[in-house]
Amino acid sequence: MLNYDIVIVGGGPAGLAAAISAKKHGVERILVLERDKELGGILNQCIHNGFGLHTFKEELTGPEYAGRFVDQLLEAKIEYKLNTMVLHISEDKVITAMNREEGILEIQAKAVILAMGCRERSRGALNIPGYRPAGIYSAGTAQRLVNMEGYLPGREVVILGSGDIGLIMARRMTLEGAKVKVVAELLPYSGGLKRNIVQCLNDFDIPLKLSHTVVDIKGKERVEGVTLAQVDENRRPIPGTEEFYSCDTLLLSCGLIPENELSRELGVEMSPVTSGPLVNESLETNIEGVFACGNVLHVHDLVDFVSQEAEAAGKHAAEYVLEGKKAVGREIPIIATDGVRYTVPKTINPMRMEEEHVIRFRVGDVYKNCYVSVYFGTERIIHRKRPIVAPGEMEQVVLKKAQLLEYASIDTITVKLEME
Amino acid sequence: MKKRELICIGCPMGCALTVELEGNEVVSVTGNTCKRGEDYARKEVTNPTRIVTSTVKVANGVLAAVSVKTEKDIPKGRIFDCVRALKDVTVTAPVHIGDVIMKDVAGTGVNVIATKDVGI
Repeated sequence: MLNYDIVIVGGGPAGLAAAISAKKHGVERILVLERDKELGGILNQCIHNGFGLHTFKEELTGPEYAGRFVDQLLEAKIEYKLNTMVLHISEDKVITAMNREEGILEIQAKAVILAMGCRERSRGALNIPGYRPAGIYSAGTAQRLVNMEGYLPGREVVILGSGDIGLIMARRMTLEGAKVKVVAELLPYSGGLKRNIVQCLNDFDIPLKLSHTVVDIKGKERVEGVTLAQVDENRRPIPGTEEFYSCDTLLLSCGLIPENELSRELGVEMSPVTSGPLVNESLETNIEGVFACGNVLHVHDLVDFVSQEAEAAGKHAAEYVLEGKKAVGREIPIIATDGVRYTVPKTINPMRMEEEHVIRFRVGDVYKNCYVSVYFGTERIIHRKRPIVAPGEMEQVVLKKAQLLEYASIDTITVKLEME
Repeated sequence: MKKRELICIGCPMGCALTVELEGNEVVSVTGNTCKRGEDYARKEVTNPTRIVTSTVKVANGVLAAVSVKTEKDIPKGRIFDCVRALKDVTVTAPVHIGDVIMKDVAGTGVNVIATKDVGI
């Protein structure tokens, strides 16, 4: 059995930042386990620019952003294993993993950081009727094929879902010579960033059809076309609005799901809203010494925030290894309500928290001219005006330790939207 | 007087901007809620530019392709010229982040550089 202080599952942006941070905070024996053949995770296939504006104050491409963290990891001489798949994590923190060279590995860790990221919602999860021909890909699969493997998955493309990966792929496929005919979005608004709608669709005159979905896929061997229809406010197709688009490829960009099979097996308590673990202010799960960060915890829009979160997870894991669990104070639950769907963290301990703590959350709909409010017990502490909030853009509020300590007796903190 | 309709990309608001042009001179910007909207509109109607990212083939490397970008933004109208110029380029490994892959791509005066290390 191998022995490490901290084992990190996943070598993407979250895993890398967590490892570097844990080392900085004094832990020596750290191991990163990555199932792909290189570190960097999904950033390796995100060759477009726009990463790192917050972290490095410049616009990098995905591989460049990953490269900076990989360099730091190598400089810090942190150990990692590639092509290594983690199969199981036990409650006493024995990690079972395997790779071709070493076979089955058993690794005893003092702390574990979950950084497995997320995966795309598949066709099976979307209930699209029609045949199952070749030519249907998730947008991320197409991205990997085009940007890393050097294949163009098709010539005439329809994209369902206006998430950022779908928008980015609309541009990428166009630049590689494919014709992207339309992007259809079930909701009345796009889940993607404005920048991507303008620079990936409008720049190339690709139409975006809101409140539309795919109701049929034609073709037995290969996709021959898809039928789009408009949907009503209950997201049900409106008869008579069907429109046929001939195409050989359908890309799906319909949301991301945190990849938590290992966490569930381990007994980690999960949030039904984020499909990620429920964590306290130290990003620790209900299993002592098991931390989570990045897209496995909740899906982010910007990698900069993943890096920040992972840095915190690495720090807290290091503190746990070096000092044990700080059994002080008590956990105050954070209630998300009135338009706020969830918060990370789910609880906060005023004694353990940093001087300032960022609470991240998402809203359930588009709201204009609203206020983000935070209540300590029944008293409103924060009341911040926001011209617009949208489900596609993560929001945050900052809680101050000194202020929270003044409210020693409260049982709940509430984060909600108010119209006035 | 010419009118151009734009969506501001400064923030999630996505203000619908209307720009009035007299020849190539911006006369007015309306529909914006803040200064950033006006700045964006002025640049976008007079000199829209973009960073272009793509990939080129790699010979003798551990990966088949390497990601690249224009070192600076280039005029929006030259995007396709840029990717066409890169179409048949093959570089030989090793490639390092920042290596110049093509000088002065499509006569824009801007170099295309590698954005990833590819070893042998």
